Amino acid sequence: MSNIEQKSIDPATQEALRKAEAENIKTSWDRLEAQEPQCGFGQLGACCTVCAMGPCRIDPFGEGAQVGVCGASVDTIAARNFARKVAVGASAHSDHGRDVAHTLSLLAQRLKSEPKKDTGHHHDYEILDAEKFKAIAQELGIDSSKSVEQVAKELAEKLLGEFGRQEGALFFSKRAPKKRQELWKRLNITPRGIDREIVELLHTTHMGVDCDYKNIITNSMRCALSDGWGGSMVATELQDIILGSPVPVQGKVNLGVLKEDYVNIVVHGHEPILSEMAVKASQDPELVALAKSKGAEGINLAGICCTANEVLMRHGISVAGNFLQQELAIVTGAVEVMMVDVQCIMPALNEVANCFHTKLITTNPKARFPGVIHVEFEPKRAYEIAKEIIKCGVENFSNRNKSRVDIPKHEMDLVAGFTKEIVFQILGGRYRATYKPLNEAIISGRLRGLAGVVGCNNAKQTHDYFHTAVVKELIKNDVLVLQTGCSAIACAKQGLLIPEAAKTYAGKGLQEICEAVGIPPVLHLGSCVDNSRILTAAAYVIEEGGLGQDISDLPAAGCAPEWMSEKAVSIGLYFVASGVYTVFGSTPFATLGSKNLTDYLTRDLEGVVGGRFEFCDDPMKMAELMIAHIDKKRKALNLKPVMHK
Amino acid sequence: MKQLYYKVDKCLGCKSCEIACVVAHSESGDLIKALKEAVSALPRKKVFTSGKKNYPVSCRHCKDALCVEACMAAALSYNKEKGLVEHDESRCVGCWMCVMACPYGAIRPNLKAKIPVRCDKCKDKDEPACVKACPTGAIIWQEEIPVDAKK
Repeated sequence: MSNIEQKSIDPATQEALRKAEAENIKTSWDRLEAQEPQCGFGQLGACCTVCAMGPCRIDPFGEGAQVGVCGASVDTIAARNFARKVAVGASAHSDHGRDVAHTLSLLAQRLKSEPKKDTGHHHDYEILDAEKFKAIAQELGIDSSKSVEQVAKELAEKLLGEFGRQEGALFFSKRAPKKRQELWKRLNITPRGIDREIVELLHTTHMGVDCDYKNIITNSMRCALSDGWGGSMVATELQDIILGSPVPVQGKVNLGVLKEDYVNIVVHGHEPILSEMAVKASQDPELVALAKSKGAEGINLAGICCTANEVLMRHGISVAGNFLQQELAIVTGAVEVMMVDVQCIMPALNEVANCFHTKLITTNPKARFPGVIHVEFEPKRAYEIAKEIIKCGVENFSNRNKSRVDIPKHEMDLVAGFTKEIVFQILGGRYRATYKPLNEAIISGRLRGLAGVVGCNNAKQTHDYFHTAVVKELIKNDVLVLQTGCSAIACAKQGLLIPEAAKTYAGKGLQEICEAVGIPPVLHLGSCVDNSRILTAAAYVIEEGGLGQDISDLPAAGCAPEWMSEKAVSIGLYFVASGVYTVFGSTPFATLGSKNLTDYLTRDLEGVVGGRFEFCDDPMKMAELMIAHIDKKRKALNLKPVMHK
Repeated sequence: MKQLYYKVDKCLGCKSCEIACVVAHSESGDLIKALKEAVSALPRKKVFTSGKKNYPVSCRHCKDALCVEACMAAALSYNKEKGLVEHDESRCVGCWMCVMACPYGAIRPNLKAKIPVRCDKCKDKDEPACVKACPTGAIIWQEEIPVDAKK
C-alpha cells in the first residue's frame, strides 16, 4: 500500500494507515486494490441476475447481446437494479424507525406498572421531550389531554400502523407543502404505507413484471418517499421523544478522541437506542470504579458513523471517525470494545479486531458476525445489557498491549445538535421562534441559498476530500450548508463545524449571519435518518413564505459527494422526488449502461417532479453546479441579487 | 518474449477481459467516457463457450501467420523481436482478407473505423489489460513456452 496522501486528506487517517501498513493489517483500501479492476457490467448496471435464465449481460458497446434471455433491455435491467437499491435503502431506514416505534410501545406498557426498584423509573427509557411528544400526538390527531401512558400507547400504535397501512397517505407526508402533495397525488406517488411501498417495488422488479423504466422509477420514487417522509421521519421524531431532542452541543472529533489512559469503548452503527444506554452505563460509578481498579483513569466512550452522530447530538459524546475510519479506530490498539448495531459495519472488522485485544460485540439479531461475541439487545433490559458490554470492555483493559498503542494526536472541536426546531429558536429567539430571519436573509441576498451535503465515504475516492472541498466552496459563496452522517463528520474534522469557521471560510453574507447568531456556517443535523429533518425544515421555509410554493422553488440543492450505500440511493431519490436538485459524485449510479435511464434521472425527471440527479466527479464542479442551480431558482423567484459577490 | 496463455478451467465467462480490452483501446481509457466516444472501440478478445468450458480468444501472433500472407497491401508484418504481428494502419485498405484468413477467428472488422482489429498485447503497457482484468487469474502473461514440433 502506498500513496497514503491519495487515500485520505485526513492526517489522523493517514497516520493510522501508516501504522496498519507497518503492521501488515489490511484495510478497505487494500481490499479495493485487490478487487481492481471491478466488473464493467456491474459498474454500468448492465448485468441482470433476477432469474435463473440469466445472469444476462448487455454489451454496453452495442456489438453483443442487447437484451437478456427474457427480452429485457438494458433500460429495464438498469432500472430494476436501481429500484432494488432504493427498496433496500428504504428498508434500512424504515426498519430502524420501526424499532424505535416498538420501543415507544414497550415504554407505554411499562408506564402503567410500578416503577423499577433500582432506578425508580418505569422503564430504561422515558418520555424525555414532553413538548415534542405532545406536539406530534396532536399532529396525528391524538387527544393529548389523556394520560401520558395512553397518549404514548396511541402514538406508538399510530406510528407502527404507518408501516402496515394500505391506503391513503402517510401522516408525515402531509408535512410537505400543499403544492408538493398535490403533485404526488397527480403522479400517484403519495406514499401509502411504508412496508407496502417497499414490497410493491420489489414485486415490480420480479422477472416479467414491470419493464417500463420510467414506470419503475415512478414506483421507486413512491418507495423512497415512504422512507424520507415515513420511516426515517418516524425514527427521527420518536428518537427525539424518547432520547431527548438535541440542542447545540460542543464535542470533539477524530481518532485523537481515543484516550491512552482510559478504557475506550467505541459504539458503531446506526441505531441509538442501545448506545444511549451505553452512554449512561459508561458513567456508572460502579463501572468507573472497576476501570480505576484496573489501572485506567476512567471510561471513554466514542462513536463511529451515525450511532456516533446520535450520541454526539444528544450528549456531546466524542466522534472517533466516519465510515472509512472504523477499522482504523481499532488499529490504534487502544480500543477495548467496539459495540456495533446495524448498517455500514464492515465484515472486515472482526479480522482487524483479531489483530489486537479489541473485542467486537454485536448487539442486534439482524446483524451477526461469525465467531463474534453477541450480546443481544432487548429494550426491556437495555441498561443492564449496556452495563454488561461496558464491563466487558473494562475487564479487557488489562489485555491491552501498551507497546502497540499509537493514537494519532489529531482532534478537532465541533458544534452539533441543530434540528429543525432549534433553527427556529436560534434565529427567532425562544419566545418568537420563527423561520422568518432565515427566509429574509435569502430574500435579501445576504444568503445565496441552502444546501444539504450528506452521505458516506467511499474507498474509491480520496477520503473526506470531496465532502470538505464541496462544502468549503459552498460556504465561500454564501450558501448555508446543512449536514448529516459521515459527511458532517468529514467537515467537522476539517474544522468547518465551529463558529470561527465562518470567518475563515464563509462568504461575507454568511459570515454576517453566523456572527450575529453565533452559529457555524455548516450545521450538523444528525444521522442519516435525520435527513428527514432537512425535509421538514424545507417545508417550514416554504410555509414561512416569500420563497415560492413548493420545495422545488427553493434556492437550494442537495449533494452526496462520497456516497456508497443503498441508503444513499434512497435518500437521493426522496430528495429528488421532493423537488431537490441532487448531485451525486464521484461514483455515478450503476445506471450508465442505459442512456435512456440515465437521461431520465439526470434530465427529464426535472420536468416531472421538479428535482433531478446530476453525476459529477469533480468537487469544485459539483459546488459550481449547485450554485448555478441556486442562482437559477433565485432568478425564477425574482429575488434581489446576492449582496456580496 | 511474453505471450498470453489461458487456464480455461478458471474462465467463468464474465467477459471482464472484453470490457477491459475495449477500454484499453478507447481514446479516453475510461469505461464511462468510452461509452460516449463517436467510434467506439471493439474488444480484440472475445470469450467463446464450447461444451462446459469458456475460451477467451485473441490473436496468437503466429510466427507463420496466414494473415500476413493474405495481406495484399503489406500492412501486416511479423516482428520477430517482439513476437507480434504488427498492423500498419496507414497501409491498410480494409479488404478484410486477414479476417477471412485467420483460422482462429481472432481478427475482427471494425466496420465503423473500416480497419480490422486484433490483439496488440497492449504494446505500450507492461501487461495487457485483459490480464489485469481477469478476476480469477485465467489469463496468464508469461515467457513463451517453446513447443516441440516432434512431440
